[in-house]
Amino acid sequence: MREIIIISGKGGTGKTSLTGAFAHLAGNKVICDLDVDAPDLHLLLQPTKERLQEFYSGHEAQIDGEICDGCGLCATMCQFGAIRENGAGFAVDPVRCEGCKVCVVFCPAAAIGFPEKHCGQWYVSSTRFGPLVHAQLFPGAENSGRLVMVLKQQARELAKAQGADLVLCDGAPGIGCPVISSLSGAHLAVAVTEPTPSGRHDLERVAALCRHFQTAFAVIINKYDLNPDETARIGVFCHDESYPVLARLPHDPLVTKAMVQGLVVTELPESDFSRELGQAWSRIEALAGLGR
Amino acid sequence: MIVSVASGKGGTGKTTVAASLATIWDGPVLGVDLDVEEPNLHLFLHPTIAGSEMAHMMVPTLEESRCTYCGACSELCQFKAISVIGQLILTFPEMCHGCGGCIAVCPEKAISPGQRELGEISWGVAGGVGFLAGRLRVGEAMSPPLMRRVKARLDQMLANGEDAIIDAPPGVSCPAVNAVMDSDVILLVTEPTPFGVYDFQLAWEAFTPLKKPMGAVINRAGLGNDAIYRFCQEKGLAILAEIPYDRAIAEAYARGRVIATVSPGLKAIFVSLRDQIRDLAKPGQPRKAAHA
Repeated sequence: MREIIIISGKGGTGKTSLTGAFAHLAGNKVICDLDVDAPDLHLLLQPTKERLQEFYSGHEAQIDGEICDGCGLCATMCQFGAIRENGAGFAVDPVRCEGCKVCVVFCPAAAIGFPEKHCGQWYVSSTRFGPLVHAQLFPGAENSGRLVMVLKQQARELAKAQGADLVLCDGAPGIGCPVISSLSGAHLAVAVTEPTPSGRHDLERVAALCRHFQTAFAVIINKYDLNPDETARIGVFCHDESYPVLARLPHDPLVTKAMVQGLVVTELPESDFSRELGQAWSRIEALAGLGR
Repeated sequence: MIVSVASGKGGTGKTTVAASLATIWDGPVLGVDLDVEEPNLHLFLHPTIAGSEMAHMMVPTLEESRCTYCGACSELCQFKAISVIGQLILTFPEMCHGCGGCIAVCPEKAISPGQRELGEISWGVAGGVGFLAGRLRVGEAMSPPLMRRVKARLDQMLANGEDAIIDAPPGVSCPAVNAVMDSDVILLVTEPTPFGVYDFQLAWEAFTPLKKPMGAVINRAGLGNDAIYRFCQEKGLAILAEIPYDRAIAEAYARGRVIATVSPGLKAIFVSLRDQIRDLAKPGQPRKAAHA
């Protein structure tokens, strides 16, 4: 079984639109949306949820004002500035609380509770392109990295059970916790970039991250015609680092047109864009050792 | 006044808006890059860097000769960063949140504060605009600790009543909330596409509990559909600016231009945006950034 993750560094380069099209083009696979913070793939795939699980992760301190004797030790020990005197006594700011339990353990009055945190939900759904494992972290919640691990585990088990040879993942922007989690166990990371100063800068950072975790890396240049000079510079970077460039896709309103209809771009009538994308997918299959 | 420029979806134009506002601001102002995973503001403001420093956080170091393997540290640690198995103690500094619990709980005083490198903080000047940025070390999973250190320096730099414009990371989970939570006004930048609207709704849900004045900026207006306008009307959220969808703007951005300087019409959009932000912030009630 192979795992391919589509990432980008910079947001908004077209990760999800391309992942949706690859989900259309790929054979027997399980699709997985690892951007649990701001997931969008379901807007293209329009899943029917077949299984829903609550996601609990970590804990949150809560001070019982009835028991608290106001000594303030918790506020002194908290490294996150999450406990403050608010006039009516000490209270925990849930936005700042990291769930470390230090205040709970050291409170001399045992006045601090530590309930589990309900951070989101995850789903197994069916779509017109096959099963989709996805999630929604509650807005403002944390532990996206752990939720990413849960989704990957589910997607792998489902792929095994269905005899699928591929888990195709849509990743998150950035190079932090959810992206690092999504790289673990991946056979190939495909970065979608754009020829802008930010696009190239962020591509170099996400490439360094993949090098750090020894994940094979390839590049798609989206909207290549917006700045041919920058596209050339990205080409040179990829050549110097031996990263395959899988496709150069034009800046085309077709992508948004498909999105508005809840379709992926390869479902629209054939275009230069979809032909180039089809070739990119064949190259990805070859790189990942699929379809043998 | 601190203005945060945020968004749910990546690539909607946060950096474009932040750089444009900083460039046309009518008083002393600082551009602050808190998208520490993929910082891009410098690519548009081109600051001269005056200084920089490495930022660290506290992690445990062991003096194993003192350790009795009692396990109090690993029992307390909520992040699996320290582990006692039989006569073996191991630390996993990359998992540590820096709560200091293990140090405080160890009866043998065998644990003392060490350091993990988070990344770099740099500052300088870009024309008349001050500049401050964090840059996460590649491989570091947690961005909020570095963001807290950048914000602490911001506090010092704002001693003379300057305004600050924060370029926030994408998404709606802990890094994004950390970036915007100490600001006076939050701008939500989006595009009128299904992805843009969906993530905008998540951002609105994540940031509303912070009880800050918020306004929307619609980039690439004319693309997609009108769902964003209906959502803003329903929630009573003011649309402070619309930047038209125009290939010429996309190309100017791709060449690294600050779009407020591209044409008088675009400049007027940002001047009007600035004035509306000032109205939203109710001048005369400056707030200081709190240390998280």
